[in-house]
Amino acid sequence: MEALDIARWQFGITTVYHFLMVPLTIGLGLLVAIMQTLWHRTGKTEYLRMTKFWGKLFLINFIMGVATGIVQEFQFGMAWSEYSRFVGDVFGAPLAMEALLAFFVESTFLGLWIFGWKKLPAAVHLACLWTAVIGSVLSAYFIIVANSWMQHPVGVKMVGGRPRMVDAWAVFTNNTAIVAFSHTVMGALAVAGAFLLGIAWYHLWRRRRDGIDTVGPDGRVIPGEASLPGRDRIDHSVWIRSLRIGAVVAMISFAGTAVTGDLQGKLMFIQQPMKMAAAEAACHDGTSFSVLSIGDPGARNCNDVVAVIEIPGLLSFLANGNFDTDVKGVNTLLPQYQAKYGSALPQNPVYGDRAGQPIQYVPVMAVTYWGFRMMIGFGGLAALAALVALWVTRKGTVPRSAWLMRLAVFGILAPFGANSAGWIFTELGRQPFVVAPNPDPSGVDQVFMFTAAAVSPGVSAGELIFSVVTLGLVYLVLLVVEVKLLFTYVRGGVASAMPELAAPHGPGDGKEHDDVLAFAY
Amino acid sequence: MDLLPTVWFVLIAVLWTGYLFLEGFDLGVGMLMKLFARDETERRVLLNTIGPVWDGNEVWLLTAGGATFAAFPLWYASLFSALYVPLVIVLLGLIFRAVAFEYRGKVDDQRWRNRWDWAIAAGSFIAAFGVGAALALTTTGLPLDANGDRVGGPFAWFNGYAVLGGLAVVGFCLMHAAAFLALKTDGEVRRRTGALVVRFLPLGVLPLLAWVLAVQLRDGKPLTWLLVGVAALALVFAWVSGRRSREGFSFLGLGIFLISGAASIFGAVYPKVLPSTLNAQYNLTVQNASSSSYTLGLMSIVACIGVPLVLAYQAWTYWVFRKRISGAHIPAAHAVQPATGRQQG
Ligand code: HDD
Ligand code: HEM
Ligand code: HEM
Repeated sequence: MEALDIARWQFGITTVYHFLMVPLTIGLGLLVAIMQTLWHRTGKTEYLRMTKFWGKLFLINFIMGVATGIVQEFQFGMAWSEYSRFVGDVFGAPLAMEALLAFFVESTFLGLWIFGWKKLPAAVHLACLWTAVIGSVLSAYFIIVANSWMQHPVGVKMVGGRPRMVDAWAVFTNNTAIVAFSHTVMGALAVAGAFLLGIAWYHLWRRRRDGIDTVGPDGRVIPGEASLPGRDRIDHSVWIRSLRIGAVVAMISFAGTAVTGDLQGKLMFIQQPMKMAAAEAACHDGTSFSVLSIGDPGARNCNDVVAVIEIPGLLSFLANGNFDTDVKGVNTLLPQYQAKYGSALPQNPVYGDRAGQPIQYVPVMAVTYWGFRMMIGFGGLAALAALVALWVTRKGTVPRSAWLMRLAVFGILAPFGANSAGWIFTELGRQPFVVAPNPDPSGVDQVFMFTAAAVSPGVSAGELIFSVVTLGLVYLVLLVVEVKLLFTYVRGGVASAMPELAAPHGPGDGKEHDDVLAFAY
Repeated sequence: MDLLPTVWFVLIAVLWTGYLFLEGFDLGVGMLMKLFARDETERRVLLNTIGPVWDGNEVWLLTAGGATFAAFPLWYASLFSALYVPLVIVLLGLIFRAVAFEYRGKVDDQRWRNRWDWAIAAGSFIAAFGVGAALALTTTGLPLDANGDRVGGPFAWFNGYAVLGGLAVVGFCLMHAAAFLALKTDGEVRRRTGALVVRFLPLGVLPLLAWVLAVQLRDGKPLTWLLVGVAALALVFAWVSGRRSREGFSFLGLGIFLISGAASIFGAVYPKVLPSTLNAQYNLTVQNASSSSYTLGLMSIVACIGVPLVLAYQAWTYWVFRKRISGAHIPAAHAVQPATGRQQG
């Protein structure tokens, strides 16, 4: 493998990994802030417990987002120096703003929240959490502005072979960015919804299995108490509320992704028609959306792909809002791309040995086709499951079935899968460009960059292998550790996040309780 | 000549100095987890002095990196790709360190904690050494060709300056951390860290002083020599204050030493941002490596709003957590038990 391929694998692996933590941070952060607000408003113990328990899981996950985010920040310069030189004038700005206006807020106020439970007045303490959460959402906005500029460059002029920013407003209000940001936040909420639902289900199930909660003749739950820390009646209310919140959030956020995703589809139809064709694996112009196709996976030759089940008109609707616009297929688009951007990589030193090679304009269709369907499918599945869960638990608890419980817990993975699939589709569908050209006639002409030109010329394949292997191994180990910790804390229930429940009268070692640090390391 | 690139050079120097000032002591505290703390309570005292602030401090590094990308893309691209392997190692150090802070107390098991303590200490050492080496090479130069790419293989950057810079930051972090702990703790830890400052300060800051002088002898200007004088005075002040157990002054003195030392270095190399050791024509300078004045103008507005805000709320954080910490504040370790078991009667 040459350096370019390794660099791409590395970027893909580290970013997809980072984005396992990110949606949970954004989504769960918002929900924990809402829980604490409810506690603040009503003073009900169950809301305090929810805040503490979900807050603990939030923190276990958050730190992994921080650790892997650092790699992202430096990766552009390290492995993609030509890219950084080319786009720096526009692309660096949102990145720097993300650090200065979002990461500082996020990390500082989260520190205040974690350590400030007893030090800050309750309202200030709550405000700190909200500020941190807003910081997270802001960081998502800035990074997506950067990413969307690569999907759809705006607000620049070519000067001396490099794009120069001439209109910051255009860059920061890029329509691609606004809809992608909304879509991503909705996707993040879907993750948090399923997370709440699955874990709360587990605890309700456990309370039934342990004989704490029983079911009356009318099928209604009769919450009970056990002589275990935190396993009282309020505990039941913690989980049933969490489950309902989770289910409702999962459904609303799926509707949100559908609405925003539809807007994205319409932009993609205009801005990246080849991605649209690749999402359909469609050779010929047409109007139908295929639900299932068969053919040679990995084919870049669309003639090998045969649609089996099709919904007439849906593709037109996704692209243009009506049922009879032909969406262009690969056969129509390919000659257009070749005419506009060349059919072979130019004889330019930035391409190294790759100069003169033919340009592969069609992305790997197996990935784009299935990525697109996995995103929608997994998301829809999770929403459907949430609806069923609400119905099944309407009488206050879950069935005794262990299989249903396992299904609910595994269901947590579905929206994670949808998110990864969405990104992989978006990013791979952009190939062979790292900065995709903006075809809008009034837009920025000739601002594009092939991925083949973006990699660091001075960095050898050996160095990249070293980094991808070490980072990959470390990420693997840390994922195991994180998941193990999450399991431990989930099993521990609320008491795991509230030692005071386990030992209600202080640690018993004679230390003045008020003086002991809250949430100390 | 355009003024904005110079303004941004100053701002990036401020960001790096802010990083070394703030994360300096928390990197040092990390290293002291293994070098200094004697038992579990002491280790937790150390950790809790930086608990609420270390992540905010680390963002100074991210901002320095991001701002370099925005304001001097060519500097960012050349420096980071040239130092590829060492930066990967620094990233690994930062990853382990961050995760360790959060995870070490999450399982009540001595072996678990011990492993994460090593991660904190080693991660902090690697990060401090690596950042120091990278900054030193930024001031003394890398083997870059006309395009700004490194020639000579993955380790072509290695030389004495890299080692000197690494030691400089490690030594400074250790001293600044000791001064910080003397200021932030009470009891035994306070007494012992205070003694540490008095005993090791001259040795600890020696490599940083050597780096400052090495840069001055090559590129010094009258003004930057003046800053060296200020740095030296601050050092004496820090040491004398330490002897008199004036912990606040000794911490402050070290801070001023760092600020004026860093200012003298950045001032001396200006207008170069990253010299090439192969050919002076390939030097990256404030003018030829910067973004357009439109971008710099935009970023200036953002910085004018953002930097004071950050300073204000970070200062507030330090104020909220201003109380000294001692072993008496540390709660008992909390073992997470599965909330399981059928109801017992
Ligand atoms: C849609 C959201 C999103 C996306 C696409 C990315 N990130 Fe991220 N990032 C976040 C949303 C986020 C976050 C929610 O704000 C995180 C996750 C956990 C956290 O601590 O903050 C974060 C953390 C995080 C951190 C650590 C911040 C700290 O120390 O507090 C850095 C440096 C980055 N990210 C950088 C990047 C870069 C350079 C990306 C592009 C390749 C990227 N992230 C993709
Ligand atoms: C967090 C969600 C993201 C995921 C999961 C993701 C995924 C990927 C994947 C799988 C690739 C490899 C594509 C290929 O080589 O064929 C890639 C490439 C890349 N992405 Fe993303 N990406 C994400 C966000 C971003 C953002 C926010 C940016 C910029 C701000 C970005 C910039 C890049 C760059 C520079 C490359 C390298 C060039 C390339 O191979 O295309 N990505 N990404
Ligand atoms: C009916 C439902 C959905 C539709 C129509 C839809 C549509 C789209 C489209 C068209 C894109 C590509 C944008 C582009 O590259 O130009 C996209 C990207 C993406 N989707 Fe979806 N989507 C849906 C559901 C979901 C769900 C349920 C999730 C996650 C839970 C999700 C997560 C993502 C992510 C993370 C991306 C990549 C980032 C971005 O471009 O915003 N999507 N979606």
